[in-house]
Amino acid sequence: MWQFFHKLGSPKWFYGIATRLMPWLLAAGALLLLSGVVWGLAFAPKDYLQGNSYRIIYIHVPAAFLAQSAYIMMAVAAVVTLVWRMKLADVFVKAVAPVGLWLTFLALFTGAVWGKPTWGTWWVWDARLTSMLILLFLYGGVIALGRAISDEKSAARATAVLVLVGVVNIPIIKYSVEWWNTLHQPATFKLTEKPSMPPEMWVPLLLSVLGLYLIFGWLACIRMQSEILIRESRTRWVRELVMAGRN
Amino acid sequence: MSEPLLQAVHLQCERDRRVLFRDLSFSILPGTVTRVEGPNGSGKTTLLRILAGLNDAWSGELYWCGEPRDRQRESFLRNTLYLGHRPGIKPLLTPLENLRALTAGRRPLPDRVLRQALEGTGLAAFQDVPCRNLSAGQQRRVALARLLIADEPLWLLDEVFTAIDVHGVDALEALLLQRAAEGGAVVVTTHHDLRLPGMHRIPLGQEEAGDD
Amino acid sequence: MTEHRRRLASSDVGLLAAMKAVFLRDLRVAFRQRQDLVNPLLFFVMVVTLFPLGVSPEVSFLREAGAGILWVAALLSVLLSLDHLFRHDYDDGTLEQLVLQPQPLFLLVLAKTLAHWMLTGLPLVLLAPVLGVMVHQPGNSIAVLCLTLLIGTPALSLIGAIGAALTLGLRSAGVLLSLLIIPLYIPVLIFGTGTVAAAAEGAPVGGHLALMAAFLVLALTLAPFAAASALRISLSNS
Repeated sequence: MWQFFHKLGSPKWFYGIATRLMPWLLAAGALLLLSGVVWGLAFAPKDYLQGNSYRIIYIHVPAAFLAQSAYIMMAVAAVVTLVWRMKLADVFVKAVAPVGLWLTFLALFTGAVWGKPTWGTWWVWDARLTSMLILLFLYGGVIALGRAISDEKSAARATAVLVLVGVVNIPIIKYSVEWWNTLHQPATFKLTEKPSMPPEMWVPLLLSVLGLYLIFGWLACIRMQSEILIRESRTRWVRELVMAGRN
Repeated sequence: MSEPLLQAVHLQCERDRRVLFRDLSFSILPGTVTRVEGPNGSGKTTLLRILAGLNDAWSGELYWCGEPRDRQRESFLRNTLYLGHRPGIKPLLTPLENLRALTAGRRPLPDRVLRQALEGTGLAAFQDVPCRNLSAGQQRRVALARLLIADEPLWLLDEVFTAIDVHGVDALEALLLQRAAEGGAVVVTTHHDLRLPGMHRIPLGQEEAGDD
Repeated sequence: MTEHRRRLASSDVGLLAAMKAVFLRDLRVAFRQRQDLVNPLLFFVMVVTLFPLGVSPEVSFLREAGAGILWVAALLSVLLSLDHLFRHDYDDGTLEQLVLQPQPLFLLVLAKTLAHWMLTGLPLVLLAPVLGVMVHQPGNSIAVLCLTLLIGTPALSLIGAIGAALTLGLRSAGVLLSLLIIPLYIPVLIFGTGTVAAAAEGAPVGGHLALMAAFLVLALTLAPFAAASALRISLSNS
């Protein structure tokens, strides 16, 4: 068990595994995501209230979903960084934070695009969108702090603390924003919380969520690999790898 | 031979992808003065901060009285006095108030004793002047007054001789020797050419650049 | 070995005594530099003044927005003062000595944070009624507003301490501190202003206040730990 844990922490071991895993992640992810999106955009039935404009959920929902779970994953990695000081964990946080930021941004952007036909305006202070905006701020803070600290280990541990503080706050933020929302605009009609969604609508949604997860995994692998190469640039295995690549 | 107060085993520290030292093992015995030596940037201050418990970026093992230091944290902190580059003196407070604040969490002493300590470092006339009106050397003397009343058996002193005049240096050297004679242990870093009888040395700066 | 052990002193200073010493030193230092105490208050008043000038001096607008304006201004004042929380101690080396005290660091950080609140949050609460009148809040709203500030500002100090500890010793720490902390302040702001709004509509506010108090308790129990570990990380880096 401990040996496995130790091995898991070894950047070299991870590099090898990731190289083998990545093509599969990319292929499966692309397949699922494409089929989900194409099905959703072209073949799923129209929504009886919103017509075709609802179809943006096939991008919006997966992005929003993943943006939030990426933060949770970062929090798990942050615990590992602080408690076991595993190198890979902070590589993960550093590699994934910008991806999370972009996913959050994508969710906000598609939300705005969706808002235009639905509410007649690009931005509405809807509970969901506002929470996503705050999540964007949280990601921004994590990235900014990580970049401001020059020492690698300190940066990793400081961001880990911040990520954990953030993850404690996320449910509180969500709750408070929802409460605030009911206070100011009671009974807005909620976009994604449909009472019942027929399978022709949610199956493609599920496919695209799963697909985006795999793509996310692939992206995380790529970014972690390049971070590992930078950090381990002085070690023999990286030098050998680079030499092999040149020949 | 008595048991070491502090023992370092295979200490290694890396900073900004540069190894400052590795495989560094030594013991700090009661009744000794140890000087950490090395050129600028060889990690003298870093080593002292690691020993004091301020710097966590190291690997290896540290033992306090034979047990892992992190399990003895309270006893270790209570019995170790660290004086750093930054003397820990609030410019807005008087020497007496500073001394009182610095000792309050370790061993509160009556003002009479604190005043005596300040007199002992030549600050008798300045006890009630805010420290920002004192010179750098005088501010350092406020911090050094702690040594006169310290009961901690281990002292870690980083560049203590900075900004101290000739008389002060002599007095401080005498104090360190006296401390060792009483059974305390002193670890110092200094650019000042310190030569004390029976002084131990920890040489740093032997790592070659770019080595891995 | 035993002879040697005997010479080791045990920590004979009580936790409360050590916390009190830290707390009193911070108060004493602050009262030697009174201008630093006044600055956040002046800032508070000035930010509030900007709203009637920048948006509208109409009674109806100010009555509706007043509580929010005061809360935002108070939040920004606390944010402004946070940079001082550890910075001077860091520069003069007293922070190192604090970390090396034998007591648990989070308790000493808690003492420092309490001192910070006494010196910034509490004066803001005391000043709030005057400004409340200036933005045409009815008496009942002012009372509830002050109550929410009284419960909310300690939470701001506690959460802020984490940010101050994380950004210690960094370039442009002030801006970075705001970026890190503002998202975490949002729930406090929402509950604070929401409670006042509910009171203005005549709704009972006991539950809301209890919720704010629960948030404060959460901050009180978790934030000092996070701030203490952040301090260790920042000091380790220097």
